[in-house]
Amino acid sequence: MFCNVCKSKEATVFLTQIVEGKMQKVNLCEPCSKEKGVNDPTGFALADLLLGLGAAQEIDKNPAGLRCPSCGFSQTDFKKTGRLGCSTCYDAFAEGLSGMLKNMHRGMIHTGKVPARLAEERERSRAISFLTTSLEEAVTKENFEEAASLRDKIRLLESGAGTEATRMNEPVVQIPLLAGDAVHGKVSANLAPPKSPEK
Amino acid sequence: MKLSRIIANTGEWLSGAGPHDQIVVSSRVRLARNLRGKPFPGWAKKVERVAVLEEVREAVVQLPEMRESFSEKLEDLSPLEKQVLVERHLISREHAAKGAGSAVVMNTAQTLSFMINEEDHLRMQAIRAGLQLDEVFSMITQADSELEESLDFAFHPDLGYLTACPTNVGTGMRASAMLHLPGLVMSEQVNKIVNSVNKIGLAVRGLHGEGTEAMGNLFQVSNQTTLGEAEAEIIGRLNKVIFQILEHEQNARQILLQQRAETLLDQIGRAYGILCHAHSITSKEALNLLSFIKMGVDLGLFPPPNRLQIDELFIETQPAHLQKGLQATKLGAEERDSLRAALIRAKLKMMPEPEIGKIPTTPSTTTTSEES
Repeated sequence: MFCNVCKSKEATVFLTQIVEGKMQKVNLCEPCSKEKGVNDPTGFALADLLLGLGAAQEIDKNPAGLRCPSCGFSQTDFKKTGRLGCSTCYDAFAEGLSGMLKNMHRGMIHTGKVPARLAEERERSRAISFLTTSLEEAVTKENFEEAASLRDKIRLLESGAGTEATRMNEPVVQIPLLAGDAVHGKVSANLAPPKSPEK
Repeated sequence: MKLSRIIANTGEWLSGAGPHDQIVVSSRVRLARNLRGKPFPGWAKKVERVAVLEEVREAVVQLPEMRESFSEKLEDLSPLEKQVLVERHLISREHAAKGAGSAVVMNTAQTLSFMINEEDHLRMQAIRAGLQLDEVFSMITQADSELEESLDFAFHPDLGYLTACPTNVGTGMRASAMLHLPGLVMSEQVNKIVNSVNKIGLAVRGLHGEGTEAMGNLFQVSNQTTLGEAEAEIIGRLNKVIFQILEHEQNARQILLQQRAETLLDQIGRAYGILCHAHSITSKEALNLLSFIKMGVDLGLFPPPNRLQIDELFIETQPAHLQKGLQATKLGAEERDSLRAALIRAKLKMMPEPEIGKIPTTPSTTTTSEES
């Protein structure tokens, strides 16, 4: 008999549990049983039953007591119900959810329908994140001319959005381009991405 | 529009015709959607649910395809009415259990239905007879596109449409077909099929979905995963599998006819005999016996115009449907069983007697003269 989780090794740990009147049998191999924390019987929760083996463990990877900032839903609530509290929960519990989603679905990225009003926005934000990465590289290599041109492209894309982010970046617009080394220095200072100070 | 007027007529998916409708009873696609920033129904407070209900219902009833529609709050429907809608697959069992803060909207043809505040803020489905998953998908995605102009659906750049349960995230789509597989059940192949379908990431379930028994040899095949594949890919995969099951079912019926014709005719004849003469019958027994009669119709043993009558009995003998015309208080199980038997006897009496003694050489519903 093969392990229910890895489906490749011989199962040596046989677990039978009654959860809410339902008998649940799980066969695991030694490594998988340790990984899933089978020694700890509280690890088996409704989330496991609903979402597949290991769901509750994935959620447990979240720091204890983590709550969704938007709706106040906690990981304990999720373990109990197998349902999330609101759409923001997907970001709040992203870390724990990702492993679960990987086991549950065929991929991790949605490739289907996109709401019309977001389709353009989604395209733009993907382009911006791509350009931002290129820009960081250019700045690291001190290739300021390329950086400036990339920054212009990003700014152009962002101006179409009219988002808060654009407004916050407004001072950057005042900086003249390609006017000398001093300006380049200033450009690069402005270009330094705020969330990755290690670069 | 009153619910009683809508349920007086059988839905298009039951009475209508569609490709492969001998074996594929119906095709259905449902989409799950939620409003951005609002707690999901299971976590929302009652006032929040009511607010979402008003907003979503307003948008749904304005849809051009819902010009002739029925809309009601769940709290204003009687338990019997809710159950009728469940038996017609217009709302889920879970939705029927909801009260204040939930609603249902459906068109008069009963091809489109919208459950508001089920597990998600909005679950909308399109259902039609026969195998037409592509058609039902375009119906419902059209409604979705129209709705997104007025409703701000929760959508994540990577994860797609966000749903209360992570099993639905991505497309939020569940596409399913209801298959009638007596040949595979009789030849004991159905478990093998169910297992292999499960292995490729599709689910096979009983008559009323998750956790229900496969009564009347009816099985629902649906996609299990919703993230990582586009809607068209999921439906394409499902279609492929359904065609294979269709072929297996047809082969199984052929083999039964060739090798076990006596057994097959015996089963159909016995089913007919019991249904014609029973005075008390449970819905489970009725469904299982009607399944044989339905196969008999497919095999040309019954004159073809009777197909709809038989198909209707599948629904009309369900507990809530039995009682829907009655003003009386809720019937007990025994009273239902005898009412059901009487209904079936009356319907079968109107049909000409089948020629069950004759073995058809080819399965057909278009003609009964193939024996000559």
